[in-house]
Amino acid sequence: MATLQLHNIVKRFEGTEVIKGVDLEVNDREFVVFVGPSGCGKSTLLRMIAGLESATSGDIMIDGKRINEVGPAERGLAMVFQSYALYPHMTVEDNMGFSLKLAGVPKEERRRKVREAAAILQLEPLLERKPKALSGGQRQRVAIGRAIVRNPSIFLFDEPLSNLDAALRVQMRIELARLHEELDATMIYVTHDQIEAMTMADKIVVLQGGVVEQVGSPMELYHHPRNRFVAGFIGSPKMNFLMVERVDAGPDGVEVRLPDGATCTVPVDGSALTDDSLTLGIRPEHLQLEPEGPLSGRIEVIERLGGVTSLYVRMQDTLVTVSADGGVESRVGDTLRFGFDRACAHLFDAEDLALPSLSRHPLAGLNRQDHRAPSVAGGQ
Amino acid sequence: MTTYKTKQALPAEGHLASTNAAGETRARHTPLVPSVGARRVWLTLLGWGIALIIFFPILWMVLTGFKSEAEAIADPSLIFTPTLESYVAVQARADYFKFALNSVVVAFGSTLLALAIAIPSAYAMAFLPTKRTKGTLLWMLSTKMLPPVGVLVPIYLLFRDFGLLDTRTGLIIVYTLMNLPIVVWMLYTFFKDLPRDILEAGRMDGASTFQEVIYLLLPLTLPGIASTGLLSVILSWNEAFWSLNLTSSSAAPLTAYIASFSSPEGLFWAKLSAASTMAIAPILVFGWLTQKQMVRGLTFGAVK
Repeated sequence: MATLQLHNIVKRFEGTEVIKGVDLEVNDREFVVFVGPSGCGKSTLLRMIAGLESATSGDIMIDGKRINEVGPAERGLAMVFQSYALYPHMTVEDNMGFSLKLAGVPKEERRRKVREAAAILQLEPLLERKPKALSGGQRQRVAIGRAIVRNPSIFLFDEPLSNLDAALRVQMRIELARLHEELDATMIYVTHDQIEAMTMADKIVVLQGGVVEQVGSPMELYHHPRNRFVAGFIGSPKMNFLMVERVDAGPDGVEVRLPDGATCTVPVDGSALTDDSLTLGIRPEHLQLEPEGPLSGRIEVIERLGGVTSLYVRMQDTLVTVSADGGVESRVGDTLRFGFDRACAHLFDAEDLALPSLSRHPLAGLNRQDHRAPSVAGGQ
Repeated sequence: MTTYKTKQALPAEGHLASTNAAGETRARHTPLVPSVGARRVWLTLLGWGIALIIFFPILWMVLTGFKSEAEAIADPSLIFTPTLESYVAVQARADYFKFALNSVVVAFGSTLLALAIAIPSAYAMAFLPTKRTKGTLLWMLSTKMLPPVGVLVPIYLLFRDFGLLDTRTGLIIVYTLMNLPIVVWMLYTFFKDLPRDILEAGRMDGASTFQEVIYLLLPLTLPGIASTGLLSVILSWNEAFWSLNLTSSSAAPLTAYIASFSSPEGLFWAKLSAASTMAIAPILVFGWLTQKQMVRGLTFGAVK
C-alpha cells in the first residue's frame, strides 16, 4: 500500500523556478510515467520525491503523511538510476544486499532476500560477478534487483532504459511491465520517450517547462489531448497541424475552411469560441488517400517501412506526414488528394488549447488493467 | 608512390602517439615505415639520456659515500676500492636510527593527520559545493605561495609558548598544515571524478554520510587517496626549513641530520655523501616500491 500526493510543489535553483507548482495524485499500485522533453523538470520532480533534492515549497505526502523533511532512506522508496549507479567495487550480490547490510540485517537473511530478488530477474548465475563484467542489460537488471531487495513502497525509475540499445529496450520494457504486475508495487517512471510512456503507463503525466500539461491514461492523452503540446508530444509520428479558418460553429461542431478552400465540420464544442484562426490537428494515421478528399499536396519524401509507408506531403507551406499502407504505389512528385476522419481530428484555439470533443472516444477510458481482463477471463 | 607512402605513414604515426605505453603493439603495427623505427630508437636514447642526467647526482653521491676521503676529493673516477669507513665514522658521530625514526613518525603522522582532515573537507567541496567553494580552494592553494620564512617568527613564538619546540607533535602539526592545501586539492579532483549517482544510490540504500564515505567513497577513490598520501609522505620527508628551525636534537628528522654534517664536516665529502645516502635511502626505496601506485593515482581519471 502506497499512495503519493504532491501539493503545489515548487523548486527553485538559484532564483530560477524549474518546477512551477505541481499537483499530482499517484494511486496505490499505479504505474505513473512522467514524460516530457529534456529540461522539463521531470527528473527534478522524481529526485524531490526520492529525497535527493529538497522542494522549495509545497508538500510531498506518502500515504497521507508529509515527508518533505524525511531522509531518502526513511521514505521507503527505491530508485533506479539512468547510469545504473552500481557500486563498481562490489559483487552483484553485495550490490543488491548493500541496503540490508546497512540496515543491520543478519548475513543469512540478507543472502536469502538477495537470492529471491535474483530469481525474479534471472540474475542467479551473475551473483559473484562485478558490475564491470556485466552487459548493459544485465547491469540494468542488477540495478532493478537492488531496488527490489529493499521491498520499497514505491519504485522510482529515472530514464532507466535510455542507455540500452533499441532491441534491449523493448525487452526491458516488457520485463518492467511484468515486474509491475508481479510485485504489485507503485511505480513512478521518468522518460523522454513517449513510446515507453504509452506502453507502460497506467497514468501519464506530461510535463513542459516545470508545469504539468496533462495527466491521464495513454488513450485519454492520445484521443483527448488538452492542448497542442500534448497532442504533438504523444503519438508517433507526430500529429500534423494545419492553419484553418472558422466558418461557423453549431451543435454538430465547428465548420472550418481548409487551406485548399474546402470546408468541413469537426465535431468539437465551439460555443465559447471567439477566435477565427484555428489550428487543425490530424494524426498521420488518420489521413488517408482519397481521390475526392478535401486536402491536396505534393509528395516530397517517401519512407517505406514495409508494413507502413510514411508520405511527407507539402500542403501549402506545411509539410504533412501521412501514414499510408505499405503497398501504396505513389512516387515522389505525385500530387494527391487526402481525406481524414472528422471524429479523430482536433481543433486548437489561438491559445493552443484543444476545443473539447462533442463525444468521448470509446477507448479513452481504457487503462492497462483493462488489457489484462480478457486474457484472465479467457483462462477461466 | 610518394602520396601512397605519406598516407601509410600518417595513420601509423597517429597510432604511435596513441599507444606510447604499449611498445609491442606499436612494433607489430608499424613494420612498413622505417623512419618510425629510427624515431623510436632516437626517442629511447633521449629518454635514457635525460633519466641518466637527472639520476647522476644521486649516483655520484652514493659512489662517493663508498670512497675514502682522499679518493672523494681526488679527480673524479669510477674506479676505486669501496670502503665502509665513512659510514662507520658517520654512525659513530650521530645515531642515524634516532633521526630516521623521527622522520618516519613525522612524515607518516602528518600524512595521516592531513588525510583525516582533508577527506571530509574534499568530500564537502566535491559533493556539496557552494558558490564559495572554488574561491576557498584557490585561497588554500595561495597560502603555498607565501615564503615560509615570512611566518617563521610567529610560529616559532607560538611553538615556544605551547612547548612544541623540538617535539615530534610540533613537526607533525606544521607538516600537516603545510601539505593540507595540496592534499585537499588533489583529493577534491579525485572525488569530483566519482559519479554522484553512486553516492546518491548509497543514500537511497540508507547510508549515512559517514557510511557513504567508508563504504563507497574511500574504496572507489583509493588509488587517488594512496597517491595523495605518498606525495604527502615524500614532501614531509624532504622538508628541511621547518625541521631545521623548530627542532634541535630530540625530534630532529633526517634533514637536520644531514645539515648537521654540512657545516662542521662540509669538506669531508665522503662522510657527507654517506650521511646523505642514508638519509634519502628509505624514501627512495619507498618511492620505488610505490611507483606504480603513484603513477596510477596521478593519471587516475585521465585514462578512464
